Order: sequence, then structure tokens, then C-alpha cells
Amino acid sequence: MDLFDKLKILTDGAKYDVACTSSGVDRENGSHGMGSAVSCGICHTFSADGRCVSLLKVLMTNCCIFDCAYCVNRRSNPVPRAAFTPRELADLTMQFYRRNYIEGLFLSSGIRKSPDDTVEQFIKTVQILRNEYHFYGYIHAKAIPGADHALLTRLGMLVDRMSVNIELPSEKSLSLLAPDKSKTSILKPMGFITGKLQENRRDLVQYRHAPKFAPAGQSTQMIVGASGETDYQILSLSSALYKKYKLKRVFFSAYMPVSSNPLLPAADTPPPLLREHRLYQADWLLRFYGFEANELLDEANPSFNPLIDPKCNWALSHMDRFPVEVGKADYEELLRVPGIGVNSAKRILAARRVGPLSYEGLKKIGVVLKRAQYFITVNGKLNDGLRITQDGILRNLISQQGVEYLRGQSAEQYEQLSLFSQGRIGGREAVKCLRAGM
Amino acid sequence: MFACGDVVYEYDGTLDGFFCCVFESFRRKETPAGVRPFCSPQMTLSPVRFIETDPKKAERVRRAIPKKLSWEGMTLLEHAFLTFLEQKELFMLRFVQLGFDMGPNVMRHLTHDTVATLLKAQRHLYNESHRYKQFIRFSVSGKVLTSVIKPLNQVLPLIAPHFIDRYPEEAFLIYDETHGMALVYRPGQSAIVPVDSFERNDPDEEEQKYRDLWCEYYDAIAIEGRYNPKCRMNHMPKRYWEEMTEFCRERKPGLRRSGAPPVGRRMLDGE
Ligand code: SF4
Repeated sequence: MDLFDKLKILTDGAKYDVACTSSGVDRENGSHGMGSAVSCGICHTFSADGRCVSLLKVLMTNCCIFDCAYCVNRRSNPVPRAAFTPRELADLTMQFYRRNYIEGLFLSSGIRKSPDDTVEQFIKTVQILRNEYHFYGYIHAKAIPGADHALLTRLGMLVDRMSVNIELPSEKSLSLLAPDKSKTSILKPMGFITGKLQENRRDLVQYRHAPKFAPAGQSTQMIVGASGETDYQILSLSSALYKKYKLKRVFFSAYMPVSSNPLLPAADTPPPLLREHRLYQADWLLRFYGFEANELLDEANPSFNPLIDPKCNWALSHMDRFPVEVGKADYEELLRVPGIGVNSAKRILAARRVGPLSYEGLKKIGVVLKRAQYFITVNGKLNDGLRITQDGILRNLISQQGVEYLRGQSAEQYEQLSLFSQGRIGGREAVKCLRAGM
Repeated sequence: MFACGDVVYEYDGTLDGFFCCVFESFRRKETPAGVRPFCSPQMTLSPVRFIETDPKKAERVRRAIPKKLSWEGMTLLEHAFLTFLEQKELFMLRFVQLGFDMGPNVMRHLTHDTVATLLKAQRHLYNESHRYKQFIRFSVSGKVLTSVIKPLNQVLPLIAPHFIDRYPEEAFLIYDETHGMALVYRPGQSAIVPVDSFERNDPDEEEQKYRDLWCEYYDAIAIEGRYNPKCRMNHMPKRYWEEMTEFCRERKPGLRRSGAPPVGRRMLDGE
């Protein structure tokens, strides 16, 4: 089999993995070899589905002795099989990297013989890259559950980031759909890596030149929509993972039907992209805006509002905290205003130190007034000409995705939705509390 | 205070030249009606004064700016100078005047028209530079990596450190077609030099192979059920596609083996 066919097959098998970022580590090159890493990560292209392509994301092999129902590479799936040799993959990485096609390599694999064997293949590949080719670009490797800890440690010393996929958000779904996996078998390597990372951090304090273990930390991903968990369950789980395992990122992957297994959504089910999008928005709020999972959702309201983004939704159900005066509010308060982001909040703090703010000025700073105007006062005043009507609020607060969502609904469904009724708040209530809040 | 004059300053188009315009404006206590490089094609009815570039005057301004406006202010000026902001020199001059008046605090006047305009232009420059870090594609011909870009701003000084750090042992050239400049690097040596034209070599067999492999990968990594051209376009505006390998597929029959339809615009290299 030639390289073209291998690349096609082994890309196909890896493409459902969503963690493609190259972020989390800054490494300048000395003066030899090739490559560097920048902490914000770099996307080198965007595929036809709009996703960032940063790393060469392929499988070492798509042969697998396991049979996870949701996975294209499962043993029982009749697809062509292939495998890269470590040398082939290392060479391909170098050639792509040299042309600025990629930031580095994402190493994943089916389990051809055993977890240990798979990790050994990874190590061989990465050793060629790091030691022989002096490659300083980004490398992300999957920590294969069940592999020997000594092997995982060696791998961790060579790569930037490691990840173990949680796959499904509950033990029940796991035992149903991935009979060979269990929560413990997944969490064990995750815990091991967390331990290693902490140990390494202590070493680095003592010896500045101690070799670094996965300096860009650990991430995971879970599949959304293959099993019945609610948004609330998923978000709580991911927030627990951030806390307990100190993960750098939790990725969500909308389930694409790849099997006709009756336990899974039917083959013509569209992937729940809006759900995935809302989860990422919420995840962002957890990581950068100081929100807690249970502020955004709870047992009584376990799903995201399809029409408005989670922050706006939160604000609308906490109108007692608004409007905030932008001239006085502290950073945390500003961050909670829809239409004000991390950058604009910082700019507000800087600008108001040298003079009074105005609505015009806020616009120049990058505040999205269309949204923010309902939630702020400037020098004690509402925006001139702001009229609070249900229509206006809907027009201005519904997210772009919400609009598309509405377009996708039939007239009847559209009626049934009666706009805000899906969320925590009815349209009329929203207007009422907006008025009351002002 | 500065009186508004109706004279237009012309200078030699260098940053030092611009600093001499600043010097002139402060000496005469006037704000000219315009400041522009002397080769500018625009016609003007206003009287024109050519400002000679005097390194000594430029140096005085260079030294005064960080003191009065902070280093941040100096960087903003240097960056603004690389942007394609219309009448950037006039905005920059007003910014210097403002800074001499307000001191380093000028950088916090984010809502002041002059400051906001310059910061916006700087952000545009940063964004475009980042885009080129993402989307530049090198061709390997012989032992040299080459790439052609058509930026709106002069991004070469901003992207140079990134690529030099990344490819310390390579020799490479990035040709900025818009501004007729090229970043040329050889281990231990780099320069940004004027270049009139640039001949592209036809890819050799090895180069073609890796381009094709990359296209193969690009097609395979997309998930059909999530097709979303709008999202792709938001992240990667069309104007960058022109020079990106995955959108410039060769039409040589037989070389591309897979039947996958090209996703981007078909075009011949060098067209
Ligand atoms: S072990 Fe991994 S590759 Fe194998 S079937 Fe399960 S998810 Fe797929």
C-alpha cells in the first residue's frame, strides 16, 4: 500500500477526534533542528467543515482489537486497514512542518496488539522526531488506557500534551457502548498523568533543568449525543475534570453516526452541532469568566437554550444584578455583561482611569452594544433611545446560531417554541425583568 | 497649541523621514493638512513642502517619544507606520502631539478618535501577521523554502522572528508582492530587502508529492456531515486562499491520483 492510501485511511480514522489544538506551550528554538511552539497555538488551515487544522492528526494504525460501538475503527467494522511505520510518520511530519502546513503531530491509534505495543510505536515515532530530526514542534499523544506506566512516563517526557478520552459522559453509557472500557480504566491513566505533571512541577522548582513531562498538560474529549446524558451532566463532569485532574482542556465532539447499532442514534441523525457549540461557550465561561457549571444549568434546567448563548441566558435570569454601571463595576462584574468580553472589559478599566466613558466610546473599545445596552448604564444613564420591547430584545439577543436554529424549524415547531419558552424564561417575563431591572 | 495649516508635508517615505515631519510640525507649531510620501500619486491643490530627512532631527524625535509617550507609544507608532491605514502619517502626527500633551496616559485614551484609530490599525496588522503565520505555504525548491504573500499591511517585520525561530537551519525567502519586499534568511543572517519581481520555479517531483499528500490529507480530515463553508470562510478569508497549497491544485493529469474533487478554487501555480 502506498503512502497516499495510508494517509487517506489513517486520517479518516482519526478525524472524529476533535482535540487538534497546538496550544499550551511556548518553546523557542535554540538555533538548530526545526520547529518551535507558541502558547496560543496556530491553526494552519480550516477544513471544509470549518474546523481548525493545526496538527497532522492521523492514526498509527486503524487496526483494533476492541469493538467500541461508536467508533469507526471498531473490530467489527469492515473498513480497509493500514498502518504507518514510525519512520514514515516522522518523515511525513517533517515534510509537512517544513512547508508550514502544520504545527506538529497528533498521535493516536487503534490497538493493534496491545496497549503497550501501541505506546511503544508512539515512542519510536517521537524518538525519531525529537532525537534524530531535532524537531521542536508540537506533539500531542494519546495515553492508551491499560498501557504500562513506565511506558507512559517515557512518552510523556517526549511530547507536549497527553490526553485520554473520556469518550462517553457516564459509566452506564460506557458499559453499554464500549464494553471493553470502564470509567476506572480511563480515569486511571488520567490520574497517573495528573500525578506525573504535579511531580514534574515540583522537580522543576528544585532543578530548573529537570526534563519536562508533557509541558502543555493534559486534555480529554467526550462524545456528545451518542448517549442520553444532559448538557448539565456533561458540563458538571467537565468542570469536575478541570478541578480534579487539572486538565487544560475538555473537548466535546458532536456524535456523527458511524454505525447502525440500535443502541446509538440512527444513521440519518444530524450531529448535535448546536449543543456542541453551546457546550464550548459554557466551557469558555468556566475557564475565563469565573462561572461555575451550576450557575449556567441545574437539575431543573438541564439543557442549554438553543436560541441564546449561555452567558446571555444567565444574565436574563439574573436581572436583579443588572444594570451595572460601567464606570464603577469591577472586572468580574463587567465580564458577566453580555456583549462585554475579556478584552473589552480590560479596555474599559484602562479607559475609565483617564476620563468618563460614553456609549460611543464603548463601541470604539469593542463592546457589542447591541447586546450590552440592556445590561449597563453609562454615567448612570441608559443608552439614548433604547426601547425595551420583546421584539427588540429577541432581535438583539438571539445568537447567530439561534437564528439559524429557528430557520431550520418548521412553522409549526417555530410556533411551539414561542421563542423564549425553551429556556428558563418566557419572553414576557424577560421583558418584565428587564424593565424592572432598569 | 498647534495651528492647522493648509500645507502638505512630503517626505521620503521612511520612518526617520516621518520623524522629521514631526520635528517640523513641532518647530512651526502647526498641523499640516496632510503628510505623505513624495512618490504618492495623489494630486493635491494644497501647497507642498518637502521635508528633508535629517538623521539628527529624527534621532531627537526618536529619543523624545519614549520619554514623553512611553515605549508602548513608540511601538504603536512603529507599527502604525507598517499599516495601510489611510493618512496614517497624519494620525501618527496627531498622536505624537496628543502624547506630548498628555504624557504616557495617552495610551489609555482608548476612546479618543486618534488613539482608537491607530490601535485599530495596529490590531489589523497583528491579525494579518497572525494569519500569515497560519497560512503561509512554503515550496521547497532546491534547498530553499520560498513563499509569496500579498498582505495589505507590511507584515514582514512582524512575522520574521517567528519563522526565523522556527526554521533556524533552513534558507528561506518570503516575498511580499504588494510592497515589493522580501524577507531573506540564511542561518545566522536575515534581512528585509526590496525585490522587484520573483520567479517561481515549477515544483519538482518531491515537492509535488508532498503538495499532493497535503491535499489528500486536507480532503480526508473534513467530516462530510459537518460541512460548513461559512465557518471556514470566517476563520480563513478567501483572499488568503490564492497562495495556499490546498486550494491551488495542479492540473497535471495523472499526478494527483485520488479522484477527490478539489475543494478550493482551481488555479495554476504562478497564475
Ligand atoms: S479502542 Fe479506540 S480505536 Fe479501538 S474501537 Fe475503541 S475507540 Fe475505536
